[in-house]
Amino acid sequence: MAIRSSVRRRKRVAFWVLLVLSIVWMLPLVWAIGTSFKSAEEITNNVLGIIPMNATFKNYQDLFADVSQYPILRWMANSFIIASLHTALYLVIASAAAYAFSILRWKYRNLVFGILITTMMIPSVANIIPLFSMVVNFGWLNDGWRSFLALIIPGLGGVFGLFIIRQFFINIPREVVESARIDGLSDLGIFFRIIFPLGKSALMVAGLFAFMGSWNDYLWPSIIGSVVMDPNFLTLQTGLASMQSSNNYEYGKTMAAAIISIIPVIIVYMFVQDKIIEGVSHTGLKG
Amino acid sequence: MAKKFLNPEQKKRRYLANAKRYAVIGAFLLPYIILFATFFIYPFFYGIYISFFRWNVFDTASSTFVGFENYQKALFGIGDITIWREYFWLGLKNTLIFVLISVPLLILVPLIIAILIDIQPRGYKAFRVIFFLPTVLSISAIGIIWKWQFDTNNGFINGIINLFGGESVSWLNTQPGAWIAILVTTVWWTIGTNTVILGAGLKEVDKQLYEAAELDGCNYFQVLRHISLPAISNQMIICTITTVIASFNIYGQPALLTGGGPERSTTVLMMFIRGQLTGTNAQPGLAAAMAILMGLLIIMVSIGQLIYNRRAVNR
Repeated sequence: MAIRSSVRRRKRVAFWVLLVLSIVWMLPLVWAIGTSFKSAEEITNNVLGIIPMNATFKNYQDLFADVSQYPILRWMANSFIIASLHTALYLVIASAAAYAFSILRWKYRNLVFGILITTMMIPSVANIIPLFSMVVNFGWLNDGWRSFLALIIPGLGGVFGLFIIRQFFINIPREVVESARIDGLSDLGIFFRIIFPLGKSALMVAGLFAFMGSWNDYLWPSIIGSVVMDPNFLTLQTGLASMQSSNNYEYGKTMAAAIISIIPVIIVYMFVQDKIIEGVSHTGLKG
Repeated sequence: MAKKFLNPEQKKRRYLANAKRYAVIGAFLLPYIILFATFFIYPFFYGIYISFFRWNVFDTASSTFVGFENYQKALFGIGDITIWREYFWLGLKNTLIFVLISVPLLILVPLIIAILIDIQPRGYKAFRVIFFLPTVLSISAIGIIWKWQFDTNNGFINGIINLFGGESVSWLNTQPGAWIAILVTTVWWTIGTNTVILGAGLKEVDKQLYEAAELDGCNYFQVLRHISLPAISNQMIICTITTVIASFNIYGQPALLTGGGPERSTTVLMMFIRGQLTGTNAQPGLAAAMAILMGLLIIMVSIGQLIYNRRAVNR
């Protein structure tokens, strides 16, 4: 009995601590959203107000009136094109490789996979300069559209998503594959008709991470963008950063742009948060 | 099996079957392996190569071989030219300051939150979703939002300080304000992953052990110390290693919040490397040398941690 009541008390304490903490955690975000609807005057005079006294869309209107300088919808479209293409290509290429590393059997398979995993130790900082030199030499930075190649392709060799997909494929019972083979399915048939549908959840997790990584990437696109020098071909992240570092830094407009950029992410997150959190928790358990 | 008794016809058939099998494996594997080799393995060696040149990205043929000059420039300086040495060591010092302060925070805060969530109070799943949310946001949006929170005149934080009668602090332009701003932003942004990983470890612990220990008169903190923490040592190791690497690679927070100031006191090594890469006075060879030195340091620290952890676990 004593333990029961102590458990109950503990739950109550944990609840209140978490509640306070999560309010603290959300406050900056909520305040930022509120502030993006404040007038220039209220930004200075009503600093603490979370809900503006005279809410106005002016910051957003100014932002969209200035599309030639800050084409934010264009940036979003760019980021969406880049992240979608990158994710689609990566899922096909990495899951094919995962198939070879899990369903197909060959000599040295596990050794080769082990080497792949070990290379995750190579610090990415050492690769940035040579990669930059490579994409310049490929001519990928010669015009805006081609510069997207530099943002889509180099990441396709990433190990992390392959690892997630392979961990899932390897737990698919052998009998499923064998019976499909007896039914006369080729490897291509097994891959597309059996493994792909079965591995949907792993592909979803790997796809989410690929998309998020590409969508949120900042350092690499900022290097590419600094060479292409055409505001129409910036990604959303480099575009936002260019607004922030511009000489005539305007609070309201910049905040409105930041809010516009995070709203779709938050909406998508609300729908897929369980998949993301589950995916992350697995990386720790099977590391 | 009965390999010896194959006639030529059977041998040929077996050979063809094997060839076909390897063709299939190659077809599945090669696209990925080619991309991996081109964009992950080759650059690694190419970067070492570049670091021995006065490199010209836009006209590689005009690059001149300079031996260890770039390394000498970064580590010791050459003659009167000590500016790169100063940058390198200053960047390294600033990066190490960030690593030393951020890593304990980025383990401790997620650990506390994960323990609280593992108690499973009302709405614990919603709490987990909230603490993970900032992790999915981009550093450029976060840079804008937090730069404003720390703004001297219109910022939320000074607003609260003023409310309680305090004086406004010029967070981003003075020390230690600038580091505090960078650390707060980093903790807010990145604790999600570690919280989830540590939480997944805690969830696996048999809760009957907790009850048994409490029946034996342990209080909850003893239970945490002697049962929970040892049980999640694997997750702790993973989190520590990945967090140390991530903290070494810090770039976006200072680049977007403080611009490396005040007086270069938050200019981390990645910012100096990035600064050498493009622009009119770019020195990609020097940037490559600095990056390789930094990469070596990261590898050494990671291996050191692995060895230390293995010893600690074996003991």
